Amino acid sequence: MSADISYEQLNQFNAEYAGCIDDDRLEEWPAFFSEQCLYKITTADNYRSGLPAGLVYADTRRMLRDRVTALREANVYERHSYRHLIGMPRITGRDEGGVAAETPFMVARIMRGGRTDLFASGKYVDRVTLDAAGALTLAQRIVVCDSDSFDTLVAIPF
Amino acid sequence: MSSSVLHDMRAQPLPTWEGDITQVPYWVYQDEAVRRAEQEKIFAGPAWSYLCLEAEIPARGDFRTTFIGEMPVVVVRGDDEEIYAFENRCSHRGALIALEDGGNAQDFTCVYHAWRYDLEGNLKGVAFQNGVNGKGGMPDSFCMEEHGPRKLRIATVSGLVFGSLSDDVPDIEDYLGEEIISRIERVLRKPVKVIGRFRQMLPNNWKLYVENVKDTYHASLLHVFFTTFRLNRLSQKGGVIVSESGAHHVSYSAIDPAEAKSADYSAEKLRSDKEGYALADPSMLDGVDEFGDGVTLQILSVFPGFVLQQIQNCLAVRQVLPKGQESTELNWTYLGFQDDTPQMDNMRLKQANLVGPAGFVSMEDGAVGGFVQRGVACASDQEGIIKMGGEGYESAPYRATETSVRGFWHAYRSYMGI
Repeated sequence: MSADISYEQLNQFNAEYAGCIDDDRLEEWPAFFSEQCLYKITTADNYRSGLPAGLVYADTRRMLRDRVTALREANVYERHSYRHLIGMPRITGRDEGGVAAETPFMVARIMRGGRTDLFASGKYVDRVTLDAAGALTLAQRIVVCDSDSFDTLVAIPF
Repeated sequence: MSSSVLHDMRAQPLPTWEGDITQVPYWVYQDEAVRRAEQEKIFAGPAWSYLCLEAEIPARGDFRTTFIGEMPVVVVRGDDEEIYAFENRCSHRGALIALEDGGNAQDFTCVYHAWRYDLEGNLKGVAFQNGVNGKGGMPDSFCMEEHGPRKLRIATVSGLVFGSLSDDVPDIEDYLGEEIISRIERVLRKPVKVIGRFRQMLPNNWKLYVENVKDTYHASLLHVFFTTFRLNRLSQKGGVIVSESGAHHVSYSAIDPAEAKSADYSAEKLRSDKEGYALADPSMLDGVDEFGDGVTLQILSVFPGFVLQQIQNCLAVRQVLPKGQESTELNWTYLGFQDDTPQMDNMRLKQANLVGPAGFVSMEDGAVGGFVQRGVACASDQEGIIKMGGEGYESAPYRATETSVRGFWHAYRSYMGI
């Protein structure tokens, strides 16, 4: 028997995820993940070549909380925000625990001063599971960026 | 915005540097004549530029494409197992010879007119050299040996591959000096493996990033993450080594657990000193003293644009490439050792959160150069002040100094003749 997760649920989940980041509610962002998880930002080249390092690499939800704390309290960067456009998930596997899905995204970056650029594009390689309460949760989100090049810095997560 | 291409390589008069190495005129980040002269006098001059790792081209025919300054080059493991490098420019019409970042090749054929080069960059084939059906073809006087892309000299140090376009460049041992070499060997003491590559585009002149790397004064002021976790306190034991030439440097520090909170530091109420900041998951900082000397941080630079980084167990090389007057490409290659255990692999992956374009202690460096570039937009006749820790560029047993930045400018001015 496989987990009962629909496209509609996945789309709603991803829309909430994007809204959380783009509306600067980053404190809520770790809650999209399981306590034990994998969140990694990497490039298509690294992903294809099996090179494991990430720009961001977290294997617990607490590490994601630390990311947010650091962004709020420690790191210094010019004010900017994102606008995510998240595409249709492609379900690549199902089992009792959840689904595997690949979902394309684009992120525009809006800088203080108004400049808006396409900042990143890529796909989320996800494993989405159901928590005890039956809510969707990310056991894995590998952010595979199409380009290997990043402008200036990556502060806010994708 | 300046052009991304060096259209005109003819020398033009350079502005006059009025002061000494403690006063850096802002035109040095803005002037097009300076940029052209840098390619000729530094990158194509008697300096060694980092090209790649030996580990990236282990087998015959393995190659990487990269740059020496703004000149595209190919680095190849030849049929005789030696490493060769040559300008990535076909001698016919100037097109790129190799188009991929890397791979394995028997030889290189320019896609434009199929001129063919061996792994050492020698021209070996000209399509239709004798014409087609007796018509056309190259003149009899055409000699393949007389044509080919410019070749680089190659030197390797602990698996790092350096290239130079100059016949006058000193041997790499003399260029670097014993102190720098020993600090390279300290980190790269056994075979490495690449664990990831990232490219970061910086909105500033390349020299602003090199200065940032050499600037030990800013580290714990700009990067609060480091400071709070006692990875890089100015008051920790540590120091700066500047090579005799001023060109290269090593900064290092070691945690001293016995040291009480430094009074100097808290008295100044610096922004970087945040009380009570703690990680929810400190496993990110779990590390081991793998080099056995208690040194938790060693940042080493080789003139003009190479950095070897050890921050705890987070190892990387960085290549600094100019991409126009106000644009710099920073190529990060994250490393582990081939004999790393799975636990060690995991430790390096987690510690890598510290560095790179999203690094807890390095993301600011991606932006500060741009703040300077934008700040000095109308100040080309003004100058920066680089006097922290004196006016010379000698090594120092402390880190609240700009000595290695001054060393860079000393070397830079020698190369540039300004």
